[in-house]
Amino acid sequence: MSAPRPLRDIAVVAFAQTDHLRTSDELSEVEMLMPVLHEVLAQTGLKTSDIGFTCSGSTDYLAGRAFSFTMALDGVGAWPPISESHVEMDGAWALYEAWTKLLTGEADTALVYAYGKSSPGSVRDVLTRQLDPYYVAPLWPDSIALAALQAQALIDAGDTDEPALAAVATRSRASAADNSHAQLRGSVPRGDYAVRPLRTGDCPPIGDGAAAVILAAGERARDLCERPAWIRGIDHRIEAHGLGVRDLTDSPSSRLAAERAGAFERPVDTAELHAPFTSQEVVLRKALRLDDSVDVNPSGGPLAANPIMAAGLIRIGEAAARIQRGDSDRALAHATSGPCLQQNLVAVLEGDPR
Amino acid sequence: MPEVLKAPLVVEFPFTRSLGPVQSAFLTGLRERVVLGVKTRDGRTLVPPVEYDPVTSEDLGELVEVASTGTVTTWAWNHEPRRGQPLDTPFAWVLVKLDGADTGLLHALDAPGPDAVRTGMRVRVRWAEERSGAITDIACFEPYDGDSAELTGSDGRFEDMVTGIVAPARLDYTYSPGRAQSGYINALSDRRAVGERCPSCRKVYVPPRGACPTCGVATSEQVEVGPRGTLTTYCIVNIKAKNLDIEVPYVYGHIALDGADLALHGRIGGIPYDQVRMGLRVEPVWTDGGRFPDHYRPTGEPDADYDTYKELV
Repeated sequence: MSAPRPLRDIAVVAFAQTDHLRTSDELSEVEMLMPVLHEVLAQTGLKTSDIGFTCSGSTDYLAGRAFSFTMALDGVGAWPPISESHVEMDGAWALYEAWTKLLTGEADTALVYAYGKSSPGSVRDVLTRQLDPYYVAPLWPDSIALAALQAQALIDAGDTDEPALAAVATRSRASAADNSHAQLRGSVPRGDYAVRPLRTGDCPPIGDGAAAVILAAGERARDLCERPAWIRGIDHRIEAHGLGVRDLTDSPSSRLAAERAGAFERPVDTAELHAPFTSQEVVLRKALRLDDSVDVNPSGGPLAANPIMAAGLIRIGEAAARIQRGDSDRALAHATSGPCLQQNLVAVLEGDPR
Repeated sequence: MPEVLKAPLVVEFPFTRSLGPVQSAFLTGLRERVVLGVKTRDGRTLVPPVEYDPVTSEDLGELVEVASTGTVTTWAWNHEPRRGQPLDTPFAWVLVKLDGADTGLLHALDAPGPDAVRTGMRVRVRWAEERSGAITDIACFEPYDGDSAELTGSDGRFEDMVTGIVAPARLDYTYSPGRAQSGYINALSDRRAVGERCPSCRKVYVPPRGACPTCGVATSEQVEVGPRGTLTTYCIVNIKAKNLDIEVPYVYGHIALDGADLALHGRIGGIPYDQVRMGLRVEPVWTDGGRFPDHYRPTGEPDADYDTYKELV
């Protein structure tokens, strides 16, 4: 099936991210966020008042601060009132909303940002609150436990083994050696079991960080950026919330989103995958049909830096930045949400022919 | 940089949730030591049962009993149980396909160690001694070497059906207010009000949040304001708040401290509530050991002219 071409050409024209750190006690969320907002504006020469639509992704549960996104809005100069929206999701979904807004023609530029401060709480426990409140959340199964159940299912199916998982971790953190924003870089020990079969080395670092992207449509994108990263397709799909009704070794939602985004029409050279656990990269490589010719997570991916709520947006930003630098011509970016890759977004980005 | 402030913050709430008919039957069944699934149109039995088919979204309602024994389909060894989890000794998380079911139920398996657990092993429900109609009525699973347990013959109808659950949730945080608010709070401990000025529009924000919401830029220049200020608007509170030792009625208002471009709020005292008015000049009243003003009282100055504070109402 051929994916429909978007109604308007829309591109990522700027991307910035913070250094991702285990703690950032000295900064409030807006204080953490503001430098990346200013950086993407500076990259494009745009002023706050030039932005047609602003959309953000974050969650109050991480830092335990009600309506924290309204505080973060101070950083974009939201007064007098701007056209603005927020999703209680990873910023990749905020980007999806901004993309649809630009498709309608109501805006030509959009600022998308996301941030997460995991350091004030215990993120393993916080994430249990997103689960089915009747049958699952009362058992408090933490995020690593659920990923470990998926990892064991993959091992049982013969799709991977513990050394192969360790190799994913090693490759990711070696790639991150070139990424000054990453939290875990270079040689990182496999560590002890966190929840067997996953070791601490198979798990993402816990940290605080923020990211921002600017989207622009048509000629506006070419004005703002030498080599815009055109969004050729983007789609997101979700699976059932019941873990026991899903095949945890597969990701049909990722595959369908990729198909709808046109990912399978031509090969990609780069894939930025939002696979916080090593085992999830195994699932995604299979579902997204990525062979060894594809450069997977050259940034290091979420195993090197996983600021929750921003890590998916960062995948799109990293893929776009590679296209802008000329290191990629066609890249796939993926974001996930929910336990064991429940919900998945896939974007296909391309640079103009050189 | 002054010391970064931190404080514990506990967010705790008992979520009261009503149940749909399938959930109600399932959880009531657990109370009665019966495990129920629900049939889909294509003949699968979902356990735990849901109200809607996860594939077709059709309403589901045909309850069917399954056995309290089953087979592990995947597992993960949890050597450090966390608060709220089913067991406080090391255990395995498991997905269990109960005999008669086509899907897995998530729960804990009590086993001596990871070497005693494998995919495909047989397990059975260990019932909690006290059961109320909740997923925790299953205390956990335990290894079991035998055939499928016999069914009770339940049709899913029970006396005194459970119609809701109360699910307590608690998350613990260490709150840190960030640079700008830490500066404000630290100055308050010296009984000073310190705001921050926007480098672009020059407005002074008190309390500062680190950014100018109009210009979208960081504020950093600290500016001491007050201590006196003007009451810009107010309300009369007639409802006594829980755990608050203040007689009603009392006045709560917006106070623009002298030199500030944003009003903060506080209680107005030292004046009968029915004599409070907009433009009243006030000053903070501190109590021993208080980290912020207990309330504001009249200074005795003439009232401020409306034009001097109309932008701050």
